[in-house]
Amino acid sequence: MKRSRLPGLTVLILLVFFYLPIVILVINSFNLHKYGGEWSGFTLKWYVRLFQDDAVWHALRNSLIIAGVSTAASTVLGTLAAYALHRSNDRFQKIHHGLIYMPLVLPDILMGMSLLLFFVAVGFQLGLTSICIAHITFCISYVAMVVLARLQDFDFSMMEAAYDLGANSWTATTRVLLPALAPGITAGALLAFTLSIDDFVITFFVAGPGSSTLPVHIYSMMKHSRFMPVINALSTLLLLVTFVAVGSSQLINKQKGADLP
Amino acid sequence: MPGQRMKGWMISLPSMAWLTVFFLLPTLMIFIIAFKPANPLGGLGEGWTLRTWLELGNPNYPSIIWRTLRLSFYCTAACILLGIPFSYYIARAPERRQRALLLLVIIPFWTNFLIRVFAWKAVLHPEGALKHMLVAVGIASPDTMLLYNEWAVLLVMVYTYLPFAIMPLYAAIEKFDFALLDAALDLGAGRATAMRRVFLPGIRRGIQTAVLMVLIPALGSYVIPDILGGPSSEMLGNKIAQRAFADRNLPHSAALSALLCLCVMLPMLMGTLLRRKRTGGAA
Repeated sequence: MKRSRLPGLTVLILLVFFYLPIVILVINSFNLHKYGGEWSGFTLKWYVRLFQDDAVWHALRNSLIIAGVSTAASTVLGTLAAYALHRSNDRFQKIHHGLIYMPLVLPDILMGMSLLLFFVAVGFQLGLTSICIAHITFCISYVAMVVLARLQDFDFSMMEAAYDLGANSWTATTRVLLPALAPGITAGALLAFTLSIDDFVITFFVAGPGSSTLPVHIYSMMKHSRFMPVINALSTLLLLVTFVAVGSSQLINKQKGADLP
Repeated sequence: MPGQRMKGWMISLPSMAWLTVFFLLPTLMIFIIAFKPANPLGGLGEGWTLRTWLELGNPNYPSIIWRTLRLSFYCTAACILLGIPFSYYIARAPERRQRALLLLVIIPFWTNFLIRVFAWKAVLHPEGALKHMLVAVGIASPDTMLLYNEWAVLLVMVYTYLPFAIMPLYAAIEKFDFALLDAALDLGAGRATAMRRVFLPGIRRGIQTAVLMVLIPALGSYVIPDILGGPSSEMLGNKIAQRAFADRNLPHSAALSALLCLCVMLPMLMGTLLRRKRTGGAA
């Protein structure tokens, strides 16, 4: 069959489409011109201004605290959930599965709004704690799905072998099951951390005064065009962090692959 | 074994309890609070009322709901139409290139969503690069507005949700047996017929998943129209946020959220029914 050119062309155009805004953003972070319409000279002044902005650093601190707490809690809750879902398929677990699955499909804004209503209705003070609760809630589902995938490859006769060799259930769990699941749990935790750091919509709804996370702070900066070049600089730094993280994880994977016979 | 069963319960309890209190209950609350009156302090009043729902008849809302449905539908259609040839190319490429291309699709995803939307604001800005280029080529006049309209919102919605479509489409196409396509061609089908009668039905499940993966978040769009749209391109999500923050009328935003929830549930339900019918027919 003669190959059509259409798919190749689509790929080319879409890749330009995907990367064009990001490339322009990075270039503009070094551009003296405020709106980046034209190149008016190289500057680092936006970066200097960024480093002098205390609010940015305060927001980053909040983001890291929230991501740390929600990752820890959701990893434990999600892993337990995955184990329960995997071991049994009765009606109770079907409901459990539904509860885990629904947060993955509902739009963020519904979860944000419903949690805001909940916190207001029960009179809960909005702040770092309410944000943590919200983040744990949506992270559980992601962790559970990732760990569940890993559990499907685990051979439970290994556990029985451990019992036959005299291990009690604590030893069998900590020495056999958990080490086998470790890559899945780590992947789930990393995903939870990324989602928590990145989330804007849900956080925006349940944040209180003084509890701005980095995305919430970026959003408030976006509302004023004088901050545009500073956001460019901040975004470029965040991009750099992402690329370094992705690049190193790729390298580690490649090395692991090379070690295998 | 009763002990085994007890253990299953105990292990499920933490996540069950957490999600019941912080997910199920709040979601149900959307529907309950929509029937509560607001109090002037921005909280909730005593008693029950239908006033909020009657206020939704206000001529503003039908047009906003219609725009939300229309933009989400266009966005979904565009993502499927662009996603199929894109995923087709990836699935048929040599394995090394497949992995590289998939990574290239995902990388923009790892950058913060807000930043991606913001990057478009700079591209489409009246003083921005694209505008200068278009004016120089003569496509746009100096007072053409690229920003703050429905087109800008739609463009960036496609930009944001396209990878959601590409992933399930790629997974389906990768599993598709291309010998079937060759067989159809050998049996005298034209290329278009073979694509329409063999290829598209073959990746049907992938298309269904892709539609849901794009349509549902698209319906709940809030940031994109907020940053790139104007007052004439607001969507349901913007109204929810406005009622919650600007006017602090929680019952009102609850009623709008309930409406959005129903809009989202409908395609999900249809997807489930379709699947059930198919599997029922096959058995």
